[in-house]
Amino acid sequence: MKMLGSFRKDKKDEESGSGIPSVVEKAQILQEARTFNETPINPRKCVQILTKILYMINQGETLSAREATEAFFAMTKLFQSKDNNLRRMVYLCIKEMASIAEDVIIVTSSLTKDMTGKEDSYRGPAIRALCKITDHSMLQSIERYMKQAIVDKLPSVASAALLSSLHLSKHSPEVVKRWVNEVQEAANTDNIMVQYHALGVLYYIKKNDVLAVNKLVSKLKSNLKSPYAHCFLIRVACKVLEEEGGGRESPMFAFVEQSLRHKSEMVIYEAAHAIVNMKFITAAELAPAVSVLQLFCSSPKPVLRFAAVKTLNRVAISHPAAVTACNLDLENLITDSNRSIATLAITTLLKTGNEGSVDRLMKQITGFMNEISDEFKIVVVSAVNSLCHKFPRKHAALLSFLSNMLREEGGFEYKRAIVETVITIIEENVEARDTGLSHLCEFIEDCEHTSLATRILHLLGREGPKTATPAKFIRFIYNRIILEHPAVRSAAVTSLAKFGGTSDELLPNILIILQRAMLDADDEVRDRATFYYHVLCQRQKALNSAYILNGLNVSIIGLEKALHQYTLVRAKLALVTADGDPSVTMQLTVRSTDQIVSEIIATAAG
Amino acid sequence: MSCFQEPSLYTIKAISILDNDGNRVFGKYYDDAFPSLKEQKDFEKNLFDKTHKANGDIIMLDGFTIVYRSNVDLFFYVMGGANENEIMLNSVLNCLYDSISNVLRKNVEKRQLFENFDAVMLVVDEICDGGVVLEADSSQIAHRVSVRQDDIPLGEQTVAQVLQQAKEQIKWSLLK
Repeated sequence: MKMLGSFRKDKKDEESGSGIPSVVEKAQILQEARTFNETPINPRKCVQILTKILYMINQGETLSAREATEAFFAMTKLFQSKDNNLRRMVYLCIKEMASIAEDVIIVTSSLTKDMTGKEDSYRGPAIRALCKITDHSMLQSIERYMKQAIVDKLPSVASAALLSSLHLSKHSPEVVKRWVNEVQEAANTDNIMVQYHALGVLYYIKKNDVLAVNKLVSKLKSNLKSPYAHCFLIRVACKVLEEEGGGRESPMFAFVEQSLRHKSEMVIYEAAHAIVNMKFITAAELAPAVSVLQLFCSSPKPVLRFAAVKTLNRVAISHPAAVTACNLDLENLITDSNRSIATLAITTLLKTGNEGSVDRLMKQITGFMNEISDEFKIVVVSAVNSLCHKFPRKHAALLSFLSNMLREEGGFEYKRAIVETVITIIEENVEARDTGLSHLCEFIEDCEHTSLATRILHLLGREGPKTATPAKFIRFIYNRIILEHPAVRSAAVTSLAKFGGTSDELLPNILIILQRAMLDADDEVRDRATFYYHVLCQRQKALNSAYILNGLNVSIIGLEKALHQYTLVRAKLALVTADGDPSVTMQLTVRSTDQIVSEIIATAAG
Repeated sequence: MSCFQEPSLYTIKAISILDNDGNRVFGKYYDDAFPSLKEQKDFEKNLFDKTHKANGDIIMLDGFTIVYRSNVDLFFYVMGGANENEIMLNSVLNCLYDSISNVLRKNVEKRQLFENFDAVMLVVDEICDGGVVLEADSSQIAHRVSVRQDDIPLGEQTVAQVLQQAKEQIKWSLLK
């Protein structure tokens, strides 16, 4: 039976894979809806048309209120047919159109008839369609039927009624709350889905009363037939624990704990997940939950492995010692074919590893990094970052790992994350400074990201002079002045000036380099070089501090005045520089710098 | 750490079926996370890019946990929130796949799906209603969504269809 065969062919002709029928198509389909008015009703054809309408809406075509209402009204004729399939499709369409078409309540009586009728397969779906079109005012009139349906023997009817009650409670909570007795009765059923739905509605009705919810859990926990209901009840129990501020002596906790030994994997996992998230839990109490998760780690089903490793990852944040027992299983997961699982395993190991395992872990991760996407790489790098805080003595191994990563392929965000981590190590750990800075120097030799290069150069200027042999950094920085583009060159100039400002023995060489830079092609580079050169030539510590080592502190108002003056006397100054008087040249240089700063401020202000 | 989320029956955020070009065959979103069609389609494209080659049945994307399965030229996805019970999501996915497989007589591929699109829509409607799992047992679904072939009067069926039906019946009776 070809439902959409011919439809698809037409669609393929006129669109290029977007899947959305053109306006012409929509009109055509809606036109076909007029067939519904024909008698006798041809069920097959009508089902075909209804399917096309639903497909169209599903693909994103929007119907105007008028179009929807017209189609809807035509559809109501189809209630005359006794065809099972057709009736079910009509219900689907009613639900889909309920929010777009107007006056949809005209089908209320037809649906109510179906809901209480003899045809069992209609009853559940009819209820669900009915509740989609019922608003607050109409609800009273069907209340009687709803209460009957909730306790109906047929599970599909009871579930439909319970589910619909939940949806209805969004706009009519007080009405639904009146049905609590029926819902309570439904909760005692043997049917696993009905119990689940009844429990959901019961919780909704009682949730503002902690005592009532407590009672709910106590009553139901020994009568749970449904794993879905069981999972839900575990969540309710946790909520009660939280609100009552209860702990391990609470029966709520006992219920969750014993659920660890349930036969359904879904329930076991829910219990383990709940326990690891409890705030008051001790490592000893965690143990049974962790051992369950450990078992899941070696399951052949990827979903179980994923769930387990994700939860262990969380445990590792608060109780790393508790997870250590799983380290072997986690290491096996590093080579898991599902990359999400592998990444989670690695980040967990990074949180729980001890100092001895760091080297081995770094080796394992290095091989793994090439196969994962940037997104995951960043996750791993941030885990390494926290490792640096924990094991400062391991900075050598960590730095070598990070610098290897810097050399590999990767996007900007990834490289930035690595650079930030290296900088963290350098800043926190004096012993690591030398190595860290060297690694960064190597990196900027071949770095395509300007912002990273300038950041590193800035850092070099600040930290380099403090190292034992600052001279070795100068060559790296000098190369930047020669090889890179203007933004990086200017950063390099500033960085070098800082070396000159702190070290008397390096000063002569720095001055020579700065002199060369004064002939640079770029304005900014030249201006900075000139400025620093002249300040350094004064050989005064105070000047160095004020203008080179610390940031420039200028008052905005003073800046504005200076700039204004500069524009006024520009002509005069031009004549003077031709004269070559050095003191005036100095004034000129200082004003240039002021101008540069103010230009920057002006651009930043937009 | 995290305080516990409000327990809710609304566990399914979306159900989606894509073809092997990443285009939507069927999609139902129960959550407001992607209010417009464009956002839904962008998400589907992203999801498809990350899953059609990858090994594995589960992925986290944009704050959702998504379980998926594929066959021939179709990809089936069930999506839940980041804190959802992954095993429950997987049971819904398996129900979805098995029920559709029943409806398509084990022939889970695109052409067959389009030819039985009405039954597929009924299946999804019986599995999840407004984001709540209605039924997760595929044999129950099969019972509720029986597209009875014998509804078509013999005169309307083509000879080919009758023969096909006869063949199917014999095949299934032999397998029992």
